[in-house]
Amino acid sequence: MKDIVIKGGYVYDPLNGIDGEKVDIHLSDGKVVEKTKKNAKVIDASGKTVMPGGVDLHSHIAGSKINIGRLMRPEDHRKDEVPKGKYTRGGVGYSCPSTFVTGYRYAQMGYTSVMEAAMPPLGARHVHEELIDTPIIDKAAFPLFGNNYFTLKYVRDGDQEKLNAFVAWMLRATRGYAVKIVNPGGVENWKWGRNVYGLDGKVEDYDITPRQIVTSLAKANEALGLPHTIHLHCNNLGMPGNYKTTIETMEVAKAIKPKKGRKTTIHVVHCQFNALAGDNWMNVKSGAPHIAKYVNGNDHVTLDMGQLIFTDTTTMTGDGPWQFALWNMTGNKWVNSDVEMEAGAGVVPYTFKKNNPANTVQWGIGLELALLIDDPWKVYMTTDHPNGGPFTYYPKVMAWLMSRQARTDTMRELNKAVLKRTSLANIYREYTFNELAISTRAGTAQALGLKDKGHLGAGADADVAIYDLDPTGWRPSQYKMLEKAFASAAYTIKGGEVVVKDGEVVSTPLGATHWVDVKIPSEVEEDLMKDLAEDFKKYYTVSLRNYPVEDEYLPIQKVHKTRGAWK
Amino acid sequence: MEHVDVVCPFCGCLCDDLEITVEEGHITGIKNACAVSRSKFLNHGSHRITSAAVDGKKASMKKAVKEAVEILSNARRPLIYGLSSTECGAISKAVEIGEVTGGIVDNTASVCHGPTILALQQVGESKATLGEARNRADMVVFWGSNPTAAHLRHIVRYSVMPKGMYSTEGRKGRKVIVVDVRQTGTTRLADKFVKIKPNSDFELLQALRATVRGDELPVDEVSGVPMKEIKELAEEMKNCKFGIVFFGLGLTQSEGRHMNIDAAVGLVSELNRHTKFVLTPMRGHYNVAGANTVATWQTGYPYAIDFSKGYPRYNPGEFTAVDLLASGEVDAAMIIASDPAATFPADAARHLAKIPTITLEQKTTPTTMLSKVVLPVATAGVEAEGTAYRMDGVPLRLSKLVEPPKGIHSDEKVLDMILEGLKEVAQ
Repeated sequence: MKDIVIKGGYVYDPLNGIDGEKVDIHLSDGKVVEKTKKNAKVIDASGKTVMPGGVDLHSHIAGSKINIGRLMRPEDHRKDEVPKGKYTRGGVGYSCPSTFVTGYRYAQMGYTSVMEAAMPPLGARHVHEELIDTPIIDKAAFPLFGNNYFTLKYVRDGDQEKLNAFVAWMLRATRGYAVKIVNPGGVENWKWGRNVYGLDGKVEDYDITPRQIVTSLAKANEALGLPHTIHLHCNNLGMPGNYKTTIETMEVAKAIKPKKGRKTTIHVVHCQFNALAGDNWMNVKSGAPHIAKYVNGNDHVTLDMGQLIFTDTTTMTGDGPWQFALWNMTGNKWVNSDVEMEAGAGVVPYTFKKNNPANTVQWGIGLELALLIDDPWKVYMTTDHPNGGPFTYYPKVMAWLMSRQARTDTMRELNKAVLKRTSLANIYREYTFNELAISTRAGTAQALGLKDKGHLGAGADADVAIYDLDPTGWRPSQYKMLEKAFASAAYTIKGGEVVVKDGEVVSTPLGATHWVDVKIPSEVEEDLMKDLAEDFKKYYTVSLRNYPVEDEYLPIQKVHKTRGAWK
Repeated sequence: MEHVDVVCPFCGCLCDDLEITVEEGHITGIKNACAVSRSKFLNHGSHRITSAAVDGKKASMKKAVKEAVEILSNARRPLIYGLSSTECGAISKAVEIGEVTGGIVDNTASVCHGPTILALQQVGESKATLGEARNRADMVVFWGSNPTAAHLRHIVRYSVMPKGMYSTEGRKGRKVIVVDVRQTGTTRLADKFVKIKPNSDFELLQALRATVRGDELPVDEVSGVPMKEIKELAEEMKNCKFGIVFFGLGLTQSEGRHMNIDAAVGLVSELNRHTKFVLTPMRGHYNVAGANTVATWQTGYPYAIDFSKGYPRYNPGEFTAVDLLASGEVDAAMIIASDPAATFPADAARHLAKIPTITLEQKTTPTTMLSKVVLPVATAGVEAEGTAYRMDGVPLRLSKLVEPPKGIHSDEKVLDMILEGLKEVAQ
């Protein structure tokens, strides 16, 4: 592969303190380097914006849940048919894109790393098979822990040591990257058709609370020294008034001692859905200012927006009881999928409408969170693809963040509830390019602990996005221009290879799958395995031997090794 | 050599506890298997096709692949069909061949649980993995399915007999109900056998659903079942702790087809307003679920996929194998891991004999006999590794226990050879 020099662009590299300066970026052998050889290929980026490749820390792109979405929505696919190209496979797009199209479209927006945010451990092979078919981007998947039998059992027994060992083992068995928790305890109760309400609700068969589950898993996470914090979908999602639960949950994590070198102990996902005030969906209003106030005063929390888009999309989550509630509210088609011993999922199509008061409030909440939280290193841009809307709408979200006029123009089309029940109209803040870079790559990479991503210093992965937009001349009123530039990168470079040029995919290498390997002392592991062997035999329908994902499912893997609690 | 916890590649149960003895490259012993599995493992080596053939004459693999490439690249509307009894790597290649040739990719779901998928696309589905049945179910309903004949260890391993976390009494703690048109092996072990008139499942399902909703029906009986019994059944369903319906081709392929499943899904969804209830299709071929799964993530669609416009289109009834063959629309076919000549309606099978057909198969079948090109392949799960998806969507790793006969490759490898050939021709 030829070396590349990107010359003359305005570079935004917040992790290295570069804020729109003209700096040449040198790429060699898949890495950013100080200096390339003389015969390097020169990319002229003058008059353009240069950023590290985008890093999405919460998306649903692979595995049984998104595949149920694809399966159940032929009508969605018909809106967005993708023919095969010279270098690309055909497929479908819109809210549940086929795997190939997912990879292409992220790359076309200059994204080069995407996290699959919910992997049911028993279906881990399925996730990895789909990731193999998701080209270009690097990826990782987060196994679900919050309703796993062994988690609940060790929490009940107060056996933190075993829980630590179990988390480490499970990350290895599923080739997972982070600890995902969805409605802790609620999905377990849903196995009997019920839910858990709030942090101190009862997880019936275990006589424990969500508070205990979150505390124990956060402790395990930090004790093991995992690169990312716990990745938490709070209790009471979608229930007006839930902002209180969200703040209480953040407060729970405050008591946890973070691993060395990190201040944070919790990442709250798609916070928009968990920042609702009011008592019901008729009078729902924004709870975002409360959450923003809390986050501004505390340094142990990060969150992502879960921004809502006005479109027809497909909601899908590991939160089975919430999807049941949504089915009851909408009457749309509903798939529920419970996974023995571990998890569940639900999928319901949903259309966010501009004339639906509640939807406009939700739209406002996402943006309020991003704009009222002062420090952009604490709040990241997502749509919780495809829950709030498809990831292909990111450029639109960027425009809303960077241009008050973009927000005002949208608000003019909305039900007036957004004006009365959110504070968005009174917010004048507009993101700078630097803040945008934090929100979409530097901050997310830092939160994930992906040290080679999200920046352009020497040693970083050679993942670069070049957008055809001159940031020195751009004004927020030109937000349509911004949308266009960020929807279709002038260049996307992945691992030192040009994969997108002028918005078109020109090469489709396979990216790596990242996972975390925690070293467990052999005597601790032996002890754990005895437990697992016994319970697998009694309760699982697959044998323990057939459970862990084999190397065959990770043709290119990047292993992040940590030595955890047992030094 | 002893292999333990081997996954069985024969039916949708994918039992993963087989113990297999291999001596000098041959399978000589097998434990924990059902009769079908045992016979298939022990006899996988007999009556094998040992050489590729073109026009009924032995040919080298290279020549046969070349012939296959020629057929597919000259065809205007090739059909690629089967795929439910092979591993996912092969399925993946087959989809790509469909795309490269602008052909049609269909799998055997179109003649078994296709209607289940159509219903899911209409109304959804509330489902669970088999371990949920094992650990929690206190009510098990077999509707138009007979595991004693089709899924031999289902009853013992997953649904009726096993003890689980909350099903501590095993069989005793479960109420087993069978709805069918006749006595079967499964009805004999049921607590209640609801015998219904053939082709009247839809009506009974709707009547049950209405009763669960609390609606009074002004009739004495539905589908041959007295209203009193329907009311009792509805009450029992509402009052169980965890109910599961396992349904089979008796529901998907009888009159009403996808509307039957639509009604079953509706009943189960309704029951979730009272208790926990799920349903799971009894998928037959061991990886038909995988064929749907792979095709869906690659194209958005589970079967009946047409690539003639360069992008995938989906239309069961139009792009399904039986319909395409019966109407004479396709002008070449490639069959993988399936025997349509033996199972399709006569009109469809007859057309298959008229057009150049390529078949990948281990043993001589009616389909290989009418094929222009026969490509011998290894048996996935015995002679080749790969992934298969259980009837409930759980993915498992198939093992390679013995070497395939000399010169014989896996489905995936052979399809890859064809794909490479097609790409060369295209350039």
